[in-house]
Amino acid sequence: MANKAYQRIYTRLEAITKATVSLKATGVSNDELALVDGRLGQVVKTKGDLVTLQIFSGTEGIPTDAAVTFLGEPPTLKVSDQLSGRFFDAYGHPIDGGPEVEGEERQIGGPSVNPYKRRQPSELIPTGIAGIDLNNTIVSGQKIPFFADPDQPYNQVMADVALRADVDKIILGGMGLSNDDYLFFRHAFESAGALDKIISFVNTTENPPVERLLVPDMALTAAEYFAVDKNEKVLVLLTDMTLYADALSIVSNRMDQIPSKDSMPGSLYSDLAKIYEKAVQLPTGGSITIIAVTTLNDGDITHAIPDNTGYITEGQLFLRADSDSGKVIIDPFRSLSRLKQRVQNIKTREDHSQVMNAGVRLYADAQNAKTKLENGFDLSDYDHRALAYAKDYATDLLSIDVNITITEMLDKAWELFGKYFSKAETGIKQSLIDKYWKGR
Amino acid sequence: MSTKGKVIGIVSNLVTVEVDGPVAENELCHITLDGTPLLSEVIKVNGNKASVQVFESTRGLKNGDEVEFLGRMLEVTLGPGLLSSVYDGLQNNLTTMETVFLKRGEYTDPLDREKKWAFTPFAKPGDRVAAADWLGEVKEGWLPHKIMVPFAFKGTWTVKSIVPAGDYTVDTQIAVLVGENGEETPVTMTQKWPVKVAVKAYREKPRPQRIMETGVRCIDTFGPIAEGGTGFIPGPFGCGKTVLQHAIAKQGDADVIVMAACGERANEVVEIFTEFPELIDPHTGRHLMERTTIICNTSNMPVAAREASVYTAMTICEYYRAMGLKCLLLADSTSRWAQALREMSNRMEELPGADAFPVDLSAIISNFYARAGMVVLNNGQTGAVTFIGTVSPAGGNLKEPVTESTKKSARCFYGLEQSRADQKRYPAVNPIESYSKYLEYPEIITFLDEHVEHGWVDKVNKAKNLVRRGREAADQINILGDDGVPVSYHISFWKSELIDFAFLQQDAFDDIDALTPMERQKFMLDLLLEICDREFEFEDFEQCRSFFKELINDLRQMNYTKFHSEEFEQYNQTITKLLEEYGK
Repeated sequence: MANKAYQRIYTRLEAITKATVSLKATGVSNDELALVDGRLGQVVKTKGDLVTLQIFSGTEGIPTDAAVTFLGEPPTLKVSDQLSGRFFDAYGHPIDGGPEVEGEERQIGGPSVNPYKRRQPSELIPTGIAGIDLNNTIVSGQKIPFFADPDQPYNQVMADVALRADVDKIILGGMGLSNDDYLFFRHAFESAGALDKIISFVNTTENPPVERLLVPDMALTAAEYFAVDKNEKVLVLLTDMTLYADALSIVSNRMDQIPSKDSMPGSLYSDLAKIYEKAVQLPTGGSITIIAVTTLNDGDITHAIPDNTGYITEGQLFLRADSDSGKVIIDPFRSLSRLKQRVQNIKTREDHSQVMNAGVRLYADAQNAKTKLENGFDLSDYDHRALAYAKDYATDLLSIDVNITITEMLDKAWELFGKYFSKAETGIKQSLIDKYWKGR
Repeated sequence: MSTKGKVIGIVSNLVTVEVDGPVAENELCHITLDGTPLLSEVIKVNGNKASVQVFESTRGLKNGDEVEFLGRMLEVTLGPGLLSSVYDGLQNNLTTMETVFLKRGEYTDPLDREKKWAFTPFAKPGDRVAAADWLGEVKEGWLPHKIMVPFAFKGTWTVKSIVPAGDYTVDTQIAVLVGENGEETPVTMTQKWPVKVAVKAYREKPRPQRIMETGVRCIDTFGPIAEGGTGFIPGPFGCGKTVLQHAIAKQGDADVIVMAACGERANEVVEIFTEFPELIDPHTGRHLMERTTIICNTSNMPVAAREASVYTAMTICEYYRAMGLKCLLLADSTSRWAQALREMSNRMEELPGADAFPVDLSAIISNFYARAGMVVLNNGQTGAVTFIGTVSPAGGNLKEPVTESTKKSARCFYGLEQSRADQKRYPAVNPIESYSKYLEYPEIITFLDEHVEHGWVDKVNKAKNLVRRGREAADQINILGDDGVPVSYHISFWKSELIDFAFLQQDAFDDIDALTPMERQKFMLDLLLEICDREFEFEDFEQCRSFFKELINDLRQMNYTKFHSEEFEQYNQTITKLLEEYGK
């Protein structure tokens, strides 16, 4: 993105906010990039000849006589196989000391896939974690976030999932990643010996927040290159989307937009959807699967960010600390994978969905018993059995440190049912009970 | 000479245009970007400045770019071939687009212009006709598709000539009509109609007379929707809105289904057009896709076209209604449409209403719902548009503008409940708070008396009351403890659980359980009420619980078996035996 010789240089800014500058200029196109005092900005509004630019790295120190040149193009990324194994910043520049990538220059945030050209996602992505595989099976082409409080080990779980998943490329989009977490990912990828299939675009907490807005589009442009052009299975990890949304609200606020719920911009739903909907199963075999992280404030999913996310994504994986087992579990009540029916009982054993439902229902009974206990009531025999079951179920199946096959998960569940309940209490279809029941 | 203009301001997809002549509210225009026309719609005019919403991405647009106004509003093309099509919100045919990615400014024809349809004329030269009168018909799949006098024709016309039976393309002139002052106008099999204007070419719109069966027990029995009625399904994410809506689409007793995927997930649309061609319509035995049109503006497609998508879908329904058909419109979700309105309103810097939505939101929603209904056509036949919308309330809180506005307009309310969904009690429709106003309509009560059973509504209310009493008992038990209340409280609680598990809950993924015809619903409700009428004697609440759990298990197993099959009767006998054991 070098300056071109004939370009006009503007030297007078009309207005400066923390995230934007405005100036009088002509012939400027919507979304195009500009250099303001050497910093990258993007056109977000024109009104007559007054142009407003959002400055990705913040406006600190920009003077009113700053030199402004327009670059005539929206942000781009050079794509080629050379992307593999590399670490980049939010602009797509290497941060690993390696050379710049050569390749075709593509505009980021490009058009959507024609829905009619999509295929139904149908390939199971096993993770070894029963809270996912058993209860919330994920499928290639799906988009699903972890909902987690900031103190949950979501980045670790995500790295586990990514490294166990059978995919061709893993693309990490890190937004507001702490330097420690950035180094964690780097180390996890390196020690798994998987570096050659990993590409990272990272904005850390040390970088300016508005820069984050580029990260998902960069990551997804790279993902589309491998999925569409190379027919590869691509897994995109986006962490943390809450910080991305915060950056959106900063820009919209500086542009005097009327905020809607929770001071988020009115377009939050569309903005997030544009990212998540890049998840796709293509007819040629390529796919983009998105696993994201949305951090919550004290488990509050009614906040505009998790709320809008939940309406866009195909489910959510809710992490929570469980006091019975002393482990972090994937909460079976608040978690959901909308595409699980696409593979359960089809790519997995015939009893999968019934076992899953029975397991969760019985776990719910245990929660009721727990409420009774807390309120000081006597527990029935059934309540005691349900509580004992819940502890085993959380430890052996819901905990995020489980790593077994789906068949082992199903067998484990039958074992627990047989240990604590009668056949009728599970409510499972008779034909399956006849075949799989263990114990009494 | 058409009005022209120049771009003078851009914020995202809101563009300000300086115009050199007259423009109309909602008039369409083309903004030319590097030779590509971007379709846009006027949403506000102030002096010589028009604010237009662009139905495409505005990336690369410049001040000074040229604009040409088209002198018409957003229209849909109506004619044979609409069914089994997949359109975007502006009625571009998505199936005929070649590239994987949507190309900006690529507009495709909604109808196949080459295909020949076997036309049978009804009208004869000399016949006096008016807008929406039937001139003839073609077979679209198995449906009789009437070729009508275009809706836009005002007054009375005389048929001058009409082609004989034969195969014609949609653009063939099939008749010539003469107007009151002698002008001759040719008619083809297609016509255009502006989407934001309701089609009113019918004799009258009476109150709904009958219910539309969906095979979903908590709807058909507990809160039936009328043919030509309106309903809405609000619910937090993950409560099963989409599964419920798809169940209604698959099983609804309608001739034509139009599904508007408005600002929702693309994979859900993929599910429809992948599965529907395989699925069989339970009422006709034909492929579901043959009676279905999909309008899809998924959440990542341009926001402005989201609003257009629901209007396009409604207009197509009204078109088929004018043929005397029963149409069902499903829109998922109307909240996304409202959000699109909010985005534009914010960009225009209008004074916001509640939650930053535009202040006229309520009026817009109620105008839209008012387009549904049963109508008596000019020839005395009837047609209907039944409309069910979903609402995605922010934070799952029903006290938000879209839910509240919709509640004022829709007659049925199927509220999905987070706690039911958490317990996997699907469909998660709250049996107490949800309602159907149609159960109070004398016409509908009479219909149910005649078609289900005399006194049916009383039975339904009785069942509802049992559920309500069970909830109250559950509250008492939770406060006072299992031992702190008499066993009768437990019985009352378990009776409501019985109705919940064996009737209200339904497995949408089981071939048999998913679809319960009215006859079977009646059988089940009778059986459950008969059980609830019995007196039981238990030693303690433990015994009560295990009895009802066993009973519920048998009833659920029964729901999975074919009606009146051997297995079904076996469960029925087991249940009878169990009841005898514990009965007084």
